[in-house]
Amino acid sequence: MRRLAAAALGAFASLAAVADEIPQAERRSGFDAMSAETRAMQVDDTANPGLLWVQDGADLWTRAPASGRPACAGCHGEAATLRGVAARYPAFDEASGAAIDLQGRINHCRREHQGDPPYGHESRELLALSAYLGFQSRGLPIAPPRDPRLDPARAQGAALFRERIGQLGLSCAACHDDNHGRRLGAATIPQGHPTGYPLYRLEWQGLGSVQRRLRNCMTGMRAEPFAYGSAEFVALERYLMDRAAPLPIETPAVRP
Amino acid sequence: MRRTGPHETAGKATRLVLTAGCLLAVDASFAGATDTRRPPIAIVGDAIPAPLTDTPGDPARGRAIVADRTRGLCLLCHAGPIPEERFQGDLGPDLSGAGSRHTAGQLRLRLVDGRALNPDTIMPSYHRVDPSPRVGAAWRGKPVLEAQEIEDVVAYLATLRDDTREGPAR
Ligand code: HEC
Ligand code: HEC
Ligand code: HEC
Repeated sequence: MRRLAAAALGAFASLAAVADEIPQAERRSGFDAMSAETRAMQVDDTANPGLLWVQDGADLWTRAPASGRPACAGCHGEAATLRGVAARYPAFDEASGAAIDLQGRINHCRREHQGDPPYGHESRELLALSAYLGFQSRGLPIAPPRDPRLDPARAQGAALFRERIGQLGLSCAACHDDNHGRRLGAATIPQGHPTGYPLYRLEWQGLGSVQRRLRNCMTGMRAEPFAYGSAEFVALERYLMDRAAPLPIETPAVRP
Repeated sequence: MRRTGPHETAGKATRLVLTAGCLLAVDASFAGATDTRRPPIAIVGDAIPAPLTDTPGDPARGRAIVADRTRGLCLLCHAGPIPEERFQGDLGPDLSGAGSRHTAGQLRLRLVDGRALNPDTIMPSYHRVDPSPRVGAAWRGKPVLEAQEIEDVVAYLATLRDDTREGPAR
């Protein structure tokens, strides 16, 4: 994976930018910088509100869709057989010839295999199913696939991460590579790893996807956020997962 | 602070050339450049000596802008002698004593376009229309602060002189 990432980055970034990548041994989850109370909330399954969505996801997994076609479980069996999937997504999608993230994959099955309309972004159902599948991989290290067909997405994600955007002319890297650990007002800037999504954010009073989190950062940059489900967001997700490996999956995490 | 790669700002970021002692006409992306009644903003060395407006800056209004996290944004990155605002940031230096370390002209350039001094700085250029893509609809074509707001903030910063740290004499 390091070889792949290096190749992808080489095409876009200067040596200085590559040198700024956080070395694997120094990668830290946003979990580490949270208050003791918020950490306790995440690790205690009876206190973590995200587990409510996981439970909903378990129900949806076995529920037959309106079309009368099989439930997820009808084809996939126990969800535990999908342990590890969330740790390696986004993956390459043969059908579209492009990268697809886990939520896109769930909606693909819904459309193609269940004959039902896709769930809306940030809908209770899509968050519940992706939390349930993410939960199956909880504790597993993020494991980016060695699939060269993902290289274009990786390179695009890396370039987007470093691009100055918005009225303030900020890049993601300016905060998450160069200034993590420092205080931006009340918040400590994390390294920005997507280890726990979908996660329960206290500020949201609810569960949200990684794309919702990225839209929050982009709004703060006074930038026009990418659309939910856009190729740009999937590319950023791919790059962020490469950049976070091998940190463990925390879904459903809790964040301030 | 580690620097981000120069490719980010290469080319269109700023066409200002800083040559000590030279008067330079400035880029059309400066917010003031469209106002034909005023001369273009001129950089002299590391400063913009001339005020951007005819109305002198008001330190009280400047303080309010600096304290306001949705207007000035300053306290997201800086600490400063504004005790009623808790949770001040530490990405940039403490603003206490900024008026002892810098002349008004130096403060003005730092605010108008700090990236003319340090292309890699994270501090936004407050009075140029940023050439970066994907500016949110509400902010498109606008500088972060208007000319009079810059003057107010400069006037406020110039009052921050109680610091013992070393800096250039005025
Ligand atoms: C009719 C059978 C069928 C149903 C029903 C179905 N799937 Fe799938 N699923 C597949 C097949 C086949 C694949 C392999 C990829 C493809 O061709 O779509 C797949 C792939 C997946 C993957 C990716 C696995 C990997 O290793 O990359 C996920 C995640 C997934 N399905 C989730 C779901 C969810 C959630 C549901 C219920 C909403 C569901 N599936 C319903 C047949 C089904
Ligand atoms: C001005 C600094 C800043 C910029 C620029 C910025 N972020 Fe963030 N980001 C933050 C802060 C602060 C948080 C944590 C907020 C909190 O905990 O309340 C955060 C959180 C995140 C997280 C969540 C980490 C976790 O533990 O769940 C991710 C992922 C992320 N940012 C990615 C990005 C991406 C991608 C971009 C560029 C599109 C970006 N950020 C731009 C400051 C920034
Ligand atoms: C996104 C972070 C950020 C924001 C917002 C920001 N600054 Fe800065 N500022 C910095 C950094 C970092 C420096 C250090 C110098 C550099 O990077 O070039 C700096 C430097 C300065 C300096 C020179 C400091 C000295 O004493 O040498 C002044 C004065 C200053 N800023 C004032 C302001 C004011 C006033 C505002 C609000 C209108 C503001 N800054 C907003 C990050 C920021």
